[in-house]
Amino acid sequence: MRKLALSDEILLTVEKPARYIGGEVNMQVKNPAEVDIRFCMCFPDVYEIGMSHLGIQILYDILNRREDTYCERVYSPWTDMDKLMREKNIPLFALESQDPIKAFDFLGITLQYEMCYTNILQILELSQIPIYAKDRTEEDPIVIGGGPCSYNPEPIADFFDFFYIGEGETVYDEILDAYKEWRKQGKTRREYLEMVARIEGMYVPAFYDVIYKEDQTIESFTKNNTAAPDKVRKQVEMNLSEAYYPTKPVVPFIKATQDRVVLEIQRGCIRGCRFCQAGMIYRPTRERSLEYLKKCAYEMLQSTGHEEISLSSLSSSDYSKLQELVYFLIDEFGSKGVNISLPSLRIDAFSLDVMSKVQDIRKSSLTFAPEAGTQRLRDVINKGLTEEAILGGSMKAFQSGWNQVKLYFMLGLPTETDEDIEGIAILSDRIAREYYTIPKEQRNGKVSITSSTSFFVPKPFTPFQWCRMDTGEEFIRKARFLKDKVREQLNQKSIKYRWHEAKLTELEGVFARGDRRISKVIYDAYKAGCIYDSWSEYFDYDKWMKAFEDNGIDIAFYNCREREEDEIFPWDFIDVGVTKEFLLREYKRAKGEKVTPNCKQACFHCGAKVFGGGVCQEHCPADAKEVSTDEGKN
Amino acid sequence: MKARIKFQKYGAMKFIGHLDIMRYFQKLFRRANIDNEYTKGFSPHQIMSFAAPLGVGLTSDAEYLDVQLLSCDAPDVMVERINAILTEGFRIVDFHPLLEAELNTKVVTAMSLVALADYLVSLKDGYTINDTIITQSDFAEAFRKFMKNPEIVIGKKTKTSEKEVNIKPMISLAAFDQDEYEMKLQECLRYPYVKNKPESKADVYENGIQLYLQIDTGSSANLKPELVMEAFYEELGLAFEKSAWQVHRLEVYTKDPVTGKLAALNQVDR
Repeated sequence: MRKLALSDEILLTVEKPARYIGGEVNMQVKNPAEVDIRFCMCFPDVYEIGMSHLGIQILYDILNRREDTYCERVYSPWTDMDKLMREKNIPLFALESQDPIKAFDFLGITLQYEMCYTNILQILELSQIPIYAKDRTEEDPIVIGGGPCSYNPEPIADFFDFFYIGEGETVYDEILDAYKEWRKQGKTRREYLEMVARIEGMYVPAFYDVIYKEDQTIESFTKNNTAAPDKVRKQVEMNLSEAYYPTKPVVPFIKATQDRVVLEIQRGCIRGCRFCQAGMIYRPTRERSLEYLKKCAYEMLQSTGHEEISLSSLSSSDYSKLQELVYFLIDEFGSKGVNISLPSLRIDAFSLDVMSKVQDIRKSSLTFAPEAGTQRLRDVINKGLTEEAILGGSMKAFQSGWNQVKLYFMLGLPTETDEDIEGIAILSDRIAREYYTIPKEQRNGKVSITSSTSFFVPKPFTPFQWCRMDTGEEFIRKARFLKDKVREQLNQKSIKYRWHEAKLTELEGVFARGDRRISKVIYDAYKAGCIYDSWSEYFDYDKWMKAFEDNGIDIAFYNCREREEDEIFPWDFIDVGVTKEFLLREYKRAKGEKVTPNCKQACFHCGAKVFGGGVCQEHCPADAKEVSTDEGKN
Repeated sequence: MKARIKFQKYGAMKFIGHLDIMRYFQKLFRRANIDNEYTKGFSPHQIMSFAAPLGVGLTSDAEYLDVQLLSCDAPDVMVERINAILTEGFRIVDFHPLLEAELNTKVVTAMSLVALADYLVSLKDGYTINDTIITQSDFAEAFRKFMKNPEIVIGKKTKTSEKEVNIKPMISLAAFDQDEYEMKLQECLRYPYVKNKPESKADVYENGIQLYLQIDTGSSANLKPELVMEAFYEELGLAFEKSAWQVHRLEVYTKDPVTGKLAALNQVDR
């Protein structure tokens, strides 16, 4: 029988002991003594959130296919457990073997959102691994970072031995093979990192030096080790239909945030919304084949016993075989008590038909993400959704019986005026008015519209990476202004308005575009007690402000500054395919309120074509003339 | 058709709460391709009901779950099919088909049948009771003395008030080793006691201090073994240490209203 790392006494005092015992369905069981490499994969947030993440399941599957490797999992201990582990000096352990992580060869940490950074330090400290990479010895695990936030790893660069930039399917074998080779030779930790640096896509922060100008911007970013490349090229899995897919995902005992089979139908997005980092860094858009997805759906439902399946992608409506796939899922599994959970789709005859089949109209709502309140601003951000489409789609849905609409917007987008903000209230009202044009006897009670706003954070590798971001005060003024405007509308009683925390957004801004000097702030804030920052009950703004102040770091430098066109960004050393020149071109088009067509309409030569596949191959053959470039240069 | 499944829950699974066990079984049946009956509507779910939810921290040889099926194989095949995909900490020991409810009679739920349950309460290694109760015979002596009290009164908290309850009538058996337990048990059972089938999954501790208890369980009268131990500690003038004791459920019974004899839930046909 598996022995647990924690005593009954501890497990019976903490909330949800199932977070720490492992033993779930489809957990990999191997004998640690019989493998060469022990790898611990970490999602630095609480178990229920981490277990919902598809990326970890993919990597867990890939690594465990190697007979010489045992990949296990660890998540952030909740605060109650954190306290007990510190008091009793219990080292953090992996769920499978319940062995301490400090005895592992690798600790891989996925970076899904900036606000998990203090949790990374918690993981390291509880594992009894030195927090700073420079303090680690040959005895410590190699700490790897990966995932979306590694597209600007600089604010946490000091804590990692290396970052895997890009998609995890490609070079883990090389990294592990090199590790076995290195250990055979009994060389130093630095020598292993040199071997790693020679693998495409790997970034070893210690092999680069940053020099800052007097104005605090970057003077130079240069390598100090010949093993390191000048530019790190992101990794892309070009053949998604043959790629590994975790057909036996681990099924938690306690309800995870995603308690369902998740089918990734495609990667990347053709739309090119200018605020969206995922839309740029995952280029080119690549679809998985219909046959492959059907097979995965079968296998995963069978192996997990989940009663729900959902489709995952950045823009499902753009998947070319969507109708076939969705009808297949409904026909094949609907009768077996499997719920089909649909991602937000463009509202048309197809999606309304599907929704009426799989959802209870009375309980479900329509979701739109116009992101901005006026057509002008939607053109600036290149969000193709028009007011006509929103009103038309809503009307169709209202006529089919729906009466709940959710709308998502952002405040603080570049060039935004009060008129654009008021537009959010007006658009919400127009949808309500549309509803009330339906004769009373055909209506399904009152309409309910929920408009939510988040605050815009400029992200690296987007056309808005040069932009100034609003301050917390500006955000709050805008949210209040909008709230008043909503109250002025005719149908104000039908409109609910919600907005996000502004203080957290400020920090997100700093971490998103920060440089190496931010590491110390994160370290100090963590040492002062900051953890689980994305959980509002634990977020402590004052402690963060003190950490910034103590380190003489000005938030405004990172957030509230329009950057020069030729400024060197901390993330410029990463080559994501999409060029800086394209992003700048897009930024200028944004200011000119010019819409850029999507990848299937016309190629605007973003640079992702270098990967030689996906939508680029289908819609922009190699010999195509650069039809759009001239128009694009303004 | 209806069937009653008896299963063991042990090891690390004692940390999984009742609601999560329900979710676990729903997914388990789907993985085993069991032909469960579902409720109708937009969010269909399997029709199932548990007899007596087990608290977090407890292990068991006798958990009962009633399921509604559209079709199934022979009982031993069903046991095998489900066991083949169970994860560590669960084991199916019986698949017992039930008779269909007769027309115009009230549907009998597993929960409504439950009248009593047997428990094995063991002191975990690394814990002690006090300076004088060191061995199992010390413990047996102290507990027998405790049971000689004309009344065992505990404060039972409800949502609104705290009232005093005499729990002594709710304790129908106390024994200190397997033989004594079996001997006493024979007298109250409707069918002969089956020894060691299946093998118990109760944790065994070196200190040997243990107590067999049969107490009222179910909707009409319900006593938790922890409360008995708490009252015992109070008698000794000690603060009860809950994590020192491992409670293991041995069996759950229904009681014949006429003869007063007990039958395990998988020994009846409804």
